[in-house]
Amino acid sequence: MINALPTAVARGPNLSKDRIKKRYAAEARYKFYGLAAISVAILFLAILLVTIVGKGYSAFVQTAIAIDVNLDKSLIDSDNKGDVETLTQADYRAVVRASLRNLFPAGVTRGQERDYFSVFSESAQYDVQKLVLNNPSLIGTTQRIWVKSAPDIDMLRKGYVGAADDGSQRLNLTQKAFYDKLVADGRVRTQFNTTFFTAADSREAEQAGVLGAIMGTFMTLAVTLILVLPIGIAAAVYLEEFAPKNRWTDLIEVNINNLAAVPSIVFGLLGVAVLLQWFGMPRSAPIAGGVVLALLVLPTIIIAGRSALKAVPPSIREAALGVGASRLQTIGHHVLPLAMPGILTGTIIGMAHALGESAPLLMIGMVAFVVDVPTSLTHASTVLPVQIFLWADAPERAFEERTSAAIMVLLVFLIMMNLVAILLRKKFERRW
Amino acid sequence: MNNFILIATVLASTALAYHYGRRRALGVVGGKPRDLHSLPGYHGAYMALWCLLPAAIFVAIWIAIEPTVVRQIIAGSLVQAQPGLTGNALDLAVNEIHSLSINAFAYSSASAEKKALVARYQELQGIGTAAMATIALVLVAAGLFYGSKSIAPRMRARQAVERVIMWTMVGCATIAILTTIGIIMSLLFEAMRFFQFVSPIDFLFGLQWSPQIAMRSDQVGSSGAFGAVPVFAGTLLITAISMAVAVPIGLMSAIYMAEYSSKKFRSWAKPLLEILAGVPTVVYGFFAALTVAPFVRDTGHAIGLNVASESALAAGLVMGIMIIPFVSSLSDDVINAVPQSLRDGAYAMGATKSETIRQVIIPAAFPGIVGSIMLAVSRAIGETMIVVMAAGMAANLTANPFAAVTTVTVQIVTLLIGDQEFDSPKTLAAFALGLVLFVVTLILNIIALTVVRRYREQYD
Repeated sequence: MINALPTAVARGPNLSKDRIKKRYAAEARYKFYGLAAISVAILFLAILLVTIVGKGYSAFVQTAIAIDVNLDKSLIDSDNKGDVETLTQADYRAVVRASLRNLFPAGVTRGQERDYFSVFSESAQYDVQKLVLNNPSLIGTTQRIWVKSAPDIDMLRKGYVGAADDGSQRLNLTQKAFYDKLVADGRVRTQFNTTFFTAADSREAEQAGVLGAIMGTFMTLAVTLILVLPIGIAAAVYLEEFAPKNRWTDLIEVNINNLAAVPSIVFGLLGVAVLLQWFGMPRSAPIAGGVVLALLVLPTIIIAGRSALKAVPPSIREAALGVGASRLQTIGHHVLPLAMPGILTGTIIGMAHALGESAPLLMIGMVAFVVDVPTSLTHASTVLPVQIFLWADAPERAFEERTSAAIMVLLVFLIMMNLVAILLRKKFERRW
Repeated sequence: MNNFILIATVLASTALAYHYGRRRALGVVGGKPRDLHSLPGYHGAYMALWCLLPAAIFVAIWIAIEPTVVRQIIAGSLVQAQPGLTGNALDLAVNEIHSLSINAFAYSSASAEKKALVARYQELQGIGTAAMATIALVLVAAGLFYGSKSIAPRMRARQAVERVIMWTMVGCATIAILTTIGIIMSLLFEAMRFFQFVSPIDFLFGLQWSPQIAMRSDQVGSSGAFGAVPVFAGTLLITAISMAVAVPIGLMSAIYMAEYSSKKFRSWAKPLLEILAGVPTVVYGFFAALTVAPFVRDTGHAIGLNVASESALAAGLVMGIMIIPFVSSLSDDVINAVPQSLRDGAYAMGATKSETIRQVIIPAAFPGIVGSIMLAVSRAIGETMIVVMAAGMAANLTANPFAAVTTVTVQIVTLLIGDQEFDSPKTLAAFALGLVLFVVTLILNIIALTVVRRYREQYD
């Protein structure tokens, strides 16, 4: 028996329609929050990169001033010896200063002279020295060479600073007027900043470069790679393929996962206490830095290696074992080669991580001020991120742009490493 | 250079041993490998190992022991010259001889007795190196002899070689454990030494942090104060600020990517977010110090607030940006792991997508999300470069985000950069702080990893 269906009761205004509208509005809002969150994050990334590039691109060029150097024989080689030692030790500062005076307006006071000299970089004397050593026959002639300007003039030309006489600027109006005159004479140009890529650190911004830091980074990472690749692969193979399931291997596993999340600075403390104090490794040296970074990235590489090994299907192992290979032969001849691209990808990503790491290296003293390009694993050296840290601390405006430029170099290295990793993965990735 | 020649000789003989072993194995069966128990290559490897391993192990032990022995002998002759010399003073004297022996400049101005000792020191070192090289080469030869004698058709060379490889792999796997032990031991050991100067209670609950110790004992404030509460408070403040940035943005990004976005959008947005985690922290530090901090300060001044130029807010904000991908990628994983049936159930009841997310998915994924946030917190506490470059040095006990505060990591770096004297509480305090940092992050990590793992198992 079916009762008559209840007839629709008049409910007054339709509330459910309003509620649905509200619910849909909430839905749209929620979706918008999500999109906004992603946009904000990506916006931050964009701001970060734009700031760095915007501040740093100008460091790749440098202001140079043409000077006519009179290679005065009486100043360089008065005794007419002509041997290398005399030519190396000659007072080129005096040579340069004598030539510079020709550029100054007549009748300058000593104070003004000092202002004028400080328009040029102190490195001019080394340029002249190099010129003479390369070609001693030039002695006695007058040569036009391009020397670097002082960083303040460089900043003025790039428009970062002005000039004033009230002490609010590093340049005064006398210097500005002199600079303007040099520009009018066609003696000023902007040239590619080769020094930045061929010199090590320096107190003078115009003579500072990243080559020392790059070499230090290279040596440190070489030590890291040599240690971490065999050890990481061996540990991953053992844990994934051979280790029995027991307490001991559980402990190793938990331990590796936790080690991967230990703050990097703690590894620096380990380096100070164990490597420097116990083993007496040299402070600030790439070898100590390399070992610390190796311990730091080892867990990451073991984890990556294990997942690469896990991705090789068991049928490969069974087939090899089936034709009589031993377990180690199975792994060595079949499983490992197939897992290698994955392991290498993980290693490159781990090395990229090591490349950007600076805190543990600060601890073991790689903040040393090193003016030479390091040549051995035990020499004091610094690495690129630490160089950035050091320059970021320098008060001069010229170092600010160099810091950004060094960051750009670091980011280029990182991008290259990650690109290699991505390409490797794309090329060798296999779906079983 | 001598060491280099030694290493080269040993390696060259190892390579020769491999070839010789191979040839000899083939020789004993008249060139028919099937009569051998192991492939000829294994016989070669067997011989190579006999050639390399004893010598390598010996050299490692020798290098570990030799400096101590030489120092003992030098210390002996020092005591003979000055009978009163003991303990630290003796250590210092021996160290001086050592540094004179490598520093030609200092050597030239040293006294005659010292020069004699340096000569003796160098002579001992020379004897040590020569003895080491000789014994190592003898071991190489003995290993070669023994290895080549044991090559026979029935010899189980493969098993022997594989056993060595296995043990090597076990050794490599234990390095991770050794690292942990090394961290714990070195932190504990140095922290214990610190606690001989300062009681743990004072350290953990003291309200005054000023680790600078005067050079002379008569200077004002020479004792230094090691109450770490202001340092912990500063760390917490900056961590809290960074979480206030990272958790909402990271979580909403994860939700959007897991539930709303198209595949294509996701394939672009996820790597972009992960770049944020790949940017070196020193770059963030530079960005924080030179761009964000002045911006925060100027904005604060514009609206009439007194903002320090190294405000906690600037460092925390930038750290938050860095942490976003840690929160988002882990949360994304856990949200994706929520079974589709739960969603379908909610949709079938008429829930909208956002209602499903808020009332079904997030409660279901809650443990995993908490785990990911805890990992992010541990990352923020241990982060160093951003705070070193953008946060302050002075330990202020304040909850004001516009004031300058300092953190555990900043203090560790400032205490250890520069000259390190391992008998002053100032240097040792870094290890005590490091111990606290390690323990706290370890606890956070263990809880987070267990929570995430258990959560994964729940829906597997």
